[in-house]
Amino acid sequence: MYTYDEIDQRLVDERVAQFRDQTHRFLEGKLSEDEFRALRLRNGLYIQRYAPMLRIAIPYGLLSSRQLRKLADIARRYDRGYGHFSTRQNMQLNWPKLHQVPDILAELATVQLHAIQTSGNCVRNVTTDHFAGVATDEIVDSFVWCELIRQWSTFNAEFSYLPRKFKIAVNGALNDRAATYVHDIGLHAVKRDGEVGFKVIVGGGLGRTPLLGQVVREFLPWPHLLTYLDAILRVYNRFGRRDNIHKARIKILLKEWGFERFRDAVESEWVHLKHGPATVTAADIARIEARFTRPSYAKLSPRPVPYSAPGFDGWKNRNVHPHKVPGYCAVTLSLKRTGVPTGDVTSEQMEAIARLADLYSFGELRVSHEQNLILADVREDELPELWREAKALRLATPNVGLLTNIISCPGGDFCALANAKSIPVAQAIQERFDDLDYLHDIGEIDINISGCMNACGHHHVGHIGILGVDKHGEEWYQIEIGGNQGQTRPGTKAALGKVLGPSFARAEVPDVVEKLIDCYLERRDSDTERFVDVVHRLGVEPFKEKVYGNPHQRSAGRSREPALA
Amino acid sequence: MATLIKGRQVVAGNPPSPEGTVVRLEPTDDPAAFADRLAGALRVEVHFPKFGDGRGFSLGRLLRERYGYKGELRAVGHLTRDHLLYLERCGYDAFELRPGEDADEALAGFDVFSARYQR
Repeated sequence: MYTYDEIDQRLVDERVAQFRDQTHRFLEGKLSEDEFRALRLRNGLYIQRYAPMLRIAIPYGLLSSRQLRKLADIARRYDRGYGHFSTRQNMQLNWPKLHQVPDILAELATVQLHAIQTSGNCVRNVTTDHFAGVATDEIVDSFVWCELIRQWSTFNAEFSYLPRKFKIAVNGALNDRAATYVHDIGLHAVKRDGEVGFKVIVGGGLGRTPLLGQVVREFLPWPHLLTYLDAILRVYNRFGRRDNIHKARIKILLKEWGFERFRDAVESEWVHLKHGPATVTAADIARIEARFTRPSYAKLSPRPVPYSAPGFDGWKNRNVHPHKVPGYCAVTLSLKRTGVPTGDVTSEQMEAIARLADLYSFGELRVSHEQNLILADVREDELPELWREAKALRLATPNVGLLTNIISCPGGDFCALANAKSIPVAQAIQERFDDLDYLHDIGEIDINISGCMNACGHHHVGHIGILGVDKHGEEWYQIEIGGNQGQTRPGTKAALGKVLGPSFARAEVPDVVEKLIDCYLERRDSDTERFVDVVHRLGVEPFKEKVYGNPHQRSAGRSREPALA
Repeated sequence: MATLIKGRQVVAGNPPSPEGTVVRLEPTDDPAAFADRLAGALRVEVHFPKFGDGRGFSLGRLLRERYGYKGELRAVGHLTRDHLLYLERCGYDAFELRPGEDADEALAGFDVFSARYQR
């Protein structure tokens, strides 16, 4: 856990005072609606469909039990007793009151939390692998680099008013669990001759123009990390489009300029910044590293857990993950129980989870971009107890990686931007696939749902992606298949899904998913070939035919089908 | 009338400058094109046309750090106290804030943050 030094704390406190003043000036009429909008967004405050929405940063997804208790407390006292974990490892409160937000921020500051730059046209909360620091395929502990980037990006004077939001992801392991190819900048740790550096990937993103990032540097030695980020951001700040909000992300600049021109512009900017004052030193890294508390692991020899109970083995197979320290493992607490909106957690659950973190995992936990919580440092011999407790709290749904582990945005139930609801779609699919044995047989599959093309549910990288679209004021759903968030295991690279065909009414979506799964099961080579592997091997066509019928049937039925959304 | 602050002081009035002594950059301008005029300028102004347009922050740093401009560097446009500290950190030392922004109150904008992470 990173612990604030005096300056970290002072800056967060000063931010609260600044925002209190800005809110006050807005309510007095001294700041216009537009001016205040730009300022409140930088503090995570949206004006939403029914009420403001406050997005609280969970820096790189790492959270202490004390912080989680405070979130529970705030959700209870200032909101309706629950919060929502988003795909960007943040927590969102859906019902705060505008005039109370400065007080909420002040309370967050007492536990080293904040809402700084969780929205607005600036560098957002940096995200990473939820197994950072414990993964067996670790190259570096990405938390340290994330904190370095957090500091660099926080109140960065030059880059506080960018053309559009800017998201950075860091992956410190061999496999990419941070979706680095679909971020504005993805950094992938690389070791070359014992030296640590980063592969720099720029211009990925989802939203209405989904694009995979491109590698502008195969190996950037670590001392140059921040000067290189400065160069990229400066090129973007000066030349990124500001005339059209939908063309303002860095991916569009890359697309319009072409890769070569963009890379040359960054490299020639960097010539001036390289070796400058922002060069990272070993002392910088040591200073940050020293502020991270580390678990004091017991010396254990790994032994098979001598325990068996109905449900335990399935849970252990799905929700327990390897750890670099012998005798330890990481455990996913599932927030994906059927009937509960994806990522939602009540104050009571937060408190119970905080207690589990204290008892079983050194008082720390992580938020995953799959909207689950991870206890990262659990003793293997304590798994049976933890399982019993998690089960009693209904946090032991053994579905990590399986079909019902659906990633979803809050959708039209809460969000002002949404074209369609997401939560009922997720629930309908979960209800359709309620047989656990069948789920295990289907194997690993990511289903992602977004209520609009802003793609907060990352539908472009779902193996099955579902997008809410508006058609003549009605809610319809477009289905994509073949997306993949990144190389989470050897062999399968990041990919964007392809649209299957005309969209569907909400009630049809579970049938469509079932047909896609049937098609996959008929065509897979073995049960190790996943849904997405089959799509990549065979293409979209067989799935299309299964869902819409063969081309002949399709044209015959056209008059009854809705137009392509 | 727009509020003028120089250094960290409010300046009463804003007299016009002689023709040809002020170099003015729009956010789309390339500072390199102005490099040979910087030494003779009474001041350099950079225009911030919208509240959220941050291009001038990069231009300020470039003018100071790459082109070595040492004279008055004035940020002009849709600016409030909320920008002051960041502008100063990017090399600006004079500020024409948008009409309606109270100059004396705005000075508090310099003291919003007492430390910084960036070097």
